Amino acid sequence: MDFILEPWPWYVSGPLIAFVMFLLLKVGKEFGMSSNLRTLCTICGADKNCEFFCFDWKKQRWNLVVVVGTIIGGFIASHYLSNSTAVDISANSIASLKELGFDSAGSSYLPSEMFDLSVLSNFKILSLLIIGGFLIGFGSRYAGGCTSGHAISGLSNLQLPSLIAVIGFFIGGLVMVHLLFPLIF
Amino acid sequence: MMKKTITYLVIGMLFGITMFKSEAASWFRIYEMFQFDAFHMYGIIGSALAIGVVMVQVIKRKHIKDTTGKEISFSPKDMSISRYLIGGIIFGLGWGLAGACPGPMFTLLGAGFLPILVVIVSALLGTYVYGLLRNKLPH
Repeated sequence: MDFILEPWPWYVSGPLIAFVMFLLLKVGKEFGMSSNLRTLCTICGADKNCEFFCFDWKKQRWNLVVVVGTIIGGFIASHYLSNSTAVDISANSIASLKELGFDSAGSSYLPSEMFDLSVLSNFKILSLLIIGGFLIGFGSRYAGGCTSGHAISGLSNLQLPSLIAVIGFFIGGLVMVHLLFPLIF
Repeated sequence: MMKKTITYLVIGMLFGITMFKSEAASWFRIYEMFQFDAFHMYGIIGSALAIGVVMVQVIKRKHIKDTTGKEISFSPKDMSISRYLIGGIIFGLGWGLAGACPGPMFTLLGAGFLPILVVIVSALLGTYVYGLLRNKLPH
């Protein structure tokens, strides 16, 4: 049972993601997480002044249940299925992160410099989380999907639009990490 | 109804556990991926994709049905370059910065990282602003 408590290798995790996609297809749905953000906007009343949010959100209720499951899964995995949650990233990444001021690199799951409760009173970090989240929400809806909808579902169906989106994801990520991180941190 | 709800819940739990245990929900793994410092994330996405491509082909050729008895179908996405490229780049910038995409951010909430709520609420705001500006953006 010990292997379950260790971090799962890619060759276990990747097939499991494919299995999740299969299960959703088998029950007549599709794998895509960012559409839930739109559904949640509608539930919050965004349909009152914006036509994009006028749709029958109840048809998307199943996906919100998947989200609830995702939250519970995170709780179970972190509390009951993990000996340690330190992420053993490569020495190169640890070194470059320490240079940027991320001393928690290699010893925690998320950088405490960005996700410790104390950041809520840190204007700079709080702004970065807000900007990051905003770009994720805006970009995924603009692109019509995120990592699950395009990189997994779309590419599995050999969709050229998904390939273009994934190339975009990487351009954005590379620009952020290589060009902007040295300016931000 | 109840049975279906439990099915979706269990699928979500499997997804959430996989996201956490694979460390795909870790900001550090996303950083490492964009630094090309390890194969881990590429292995996860690549193996999921390799199996996914075969799976979709098999489903299409064998006309496999879903649990309701309807043949599983895939709707092709509308072609455009600007929409996917610009939207994709904006998403990628956020992914690199916040280190979480729209699935894992909920996994992290369950794992107890409360500041991720700021990211989630901001993602909702970003989605809303996209909805407001949609007609003015190139698609």
